[in-house]
Amino acid sequence: MNKILNNKKAIFIFVFPAMLLFTIAVILPIIISTYYSLLDWNGIGKSTFIGIKNYTTLFVNNTDGFIKSVQNSFILAILSVVIQLPLALVLALILARGIKGEGFFRTVYFIPVIISTVVIGQLFMKIYNPDYGMLNIILKNIGLSKYENAWLADTKTALFATFVPIVWQYIGYHMLLMYAAIKSVSEDIYEAAKIDGASAFTMATKITIPLIKPILQVCTVFAVVGSFKSFDLIYILTNGGPLHASEVPSTIMYSTIFNKYMYGYGSAMSTFIIVECLVFTLIIYRLFKEKKIKEA
Amino acid sequence: MGEVKGHRIKRELFSKMNFGYTRKKMNTKSIILFILLLTVTIIQLYPLIWLLLVSFKDNAEIFGGNVLGLPRVWRISNYMSALTSGNVGKYLVNSVIVTGSTIIISSILIATSSYAITRMKWKFSKLTLIIFLLGMMVPIHSTLLPLFLILRQLHILNTYMALIIPYVAFALPMGIFVMTSFLEGIPKELEEAACVDGCNIYQIFYKIVLPLLKPSLATVAIFTYLSSWNELMFANTFLNDPKFATLPVGIMSMAGQHATDWGPILAGLVIATLPSILLYIPLSNQVQKSLMTGAVKG
Repeated sequence: MNKILNNKKAIFIFVFPAMLLFTIAVILPIIISTYYSLLDWNGIGKSTFIGIKNYTTLFVNNTDGFIKSVQNSFILAILSVVIQLPLALVLALILARGIKGEGFFRTVYFIPVIISTVVIGQLFMKIYNPDYGMLNIILKNIGLSKYENAWLADTKTALFATFVPIVWQYIGYHMLLMYAAIKSVSEDIYEAAKIDGASAFTMATKITIPLIKPILQVCTVFAVVGSFKSFDLIYILTNGGPLHASEVPSTIMYSTIFNKYMYGYGSAMSTFIIVECLVFTLIIYRLFKEKKIKEA
Repeated sequence: MGEVKGHRIKRELFSKMNFGYTRKKMNTKSIILFILLLTVTIIQLYPLIWLLLVSFKDNAEIFGGNVLGLPRVWRISNYMSALTSGNVGKYLVNSVIVTGSTIIISSILIATSSYAITRMKWKFSKLTLIIFLLGMMVPIHSTLLPLFLILRQLHILNTYMALIIPYVAFALPMGIFVMTSFLEGIPKELEEAACVDGCNIYQIFYKIVLPLLKPSLATVAIFTYLSSWNELMFANTFLNDPKFATLPVGIMSMAGQHATDWGPILAGLVIATLPSILLYIPLSNQVQKSLMTGAVKG
């Protein structure tokens, strides 16, 4: 058997195409992107090597709103962790402990995840429309007409208006992951607890949640990193506007590269996003590790 | 040992004794929970139901006459014009071509590399796996500019390949992750038996392993479908020619042209969403199972 499994030619044939494609389309671009971030280049003419000057422009006395966009992405990350995850957890707990129609609800809650962001974006644009949008009409009908607003056009509300569909769409995704983890917890523990007189709430908090910590960690990483990378919905709903009120790093990066043709500067932004995601993945990993040790 | 027995006896008595009592208590609680779940269902689904209803209305109803209710007249003409003059039919075909090719090509590459990584013996197998898995953490926007330039150099911008190549590449990490875990759960006996019977490696892979991989291939196909069908950023940047536009891009341009006729645009949105939902509902159990196994193993 070993002789066959050692067959170098076969190994090459099996792995090389994938590796080649992956290197060209993923690894190489990242390396190139990091290199570009050290240049001053408009994409057509010559490029000048300027070292870390792009990064200093980004973070020291920044005037083009990048720091604010990073703050916005942090707000989204916090909202995701504080709203999305608890909601998903509650739903997962209810469904996983057994209730009629479990399969139906599980399927339905996941549907927003598979819908194109373009569709969701257009939908919410219609909901937010100041004249005929669902939101203002509902407010009017229940007598809260004074709260009507041009949600996406008002600099004060635009940012949070874009966050609502983002948070809404992925609740079902996190719920499903948590649901799976809860399902894998052995029933015996619950039965023993029931005999000892534990209530459903105690069982959830003292048994279920501690036992699904690994998946909670995964969900937290997804939610936080996903918020930092968030692009589609904001691009569709406001494209960072009005007046840059709802910019996030990826929308600024996109307009810097493709509208302003500042390839080097934009690459610095994208490199920052990668590093940011890596750093926070490690931070979250560390946070959860400490909790595990504390408990042991 | 005696404790366990005692516990078990306790449990049986407990359930028998309280059967009637706990049953009643469960009912009121579960009704409240049920209502709560139904409310969440409405929140999750209403935007879609609203979209479906609105796609059959005309501008007068959408802009104020009848925003929330059922359409007065079910205008199938919205769909007709979306498909023809709205070009949604063409966008649909393009999406099918791009996503379909992506799924086929990536499945082949994922299956072969996963098999080589888990079963075959070579020095760099672990390293290769780690490299692919690290790819899962890469935000795709960071590759946007270089890929754009690379594809431009290769003169394949504005073709189907401009999307298929990146989509396949980005489908590899998740796919290899899922399939390698799956392969590790398959016993090697069958392959070893085939080896004794005199098969070479290619035959072992093709005739024995591949059929066994079917559930995992389905899972991987689903993930790949999800990441390519709705993909916007690359599609928007690498394809400027409306001839090749996929659904996300096409519909965005339809809506962005300050069109006065919203019915067909909304019909286009429904058409873009329908395949995903139609594919998802029958496969929902499989999709959920795949996400769940992927997550729990991870």
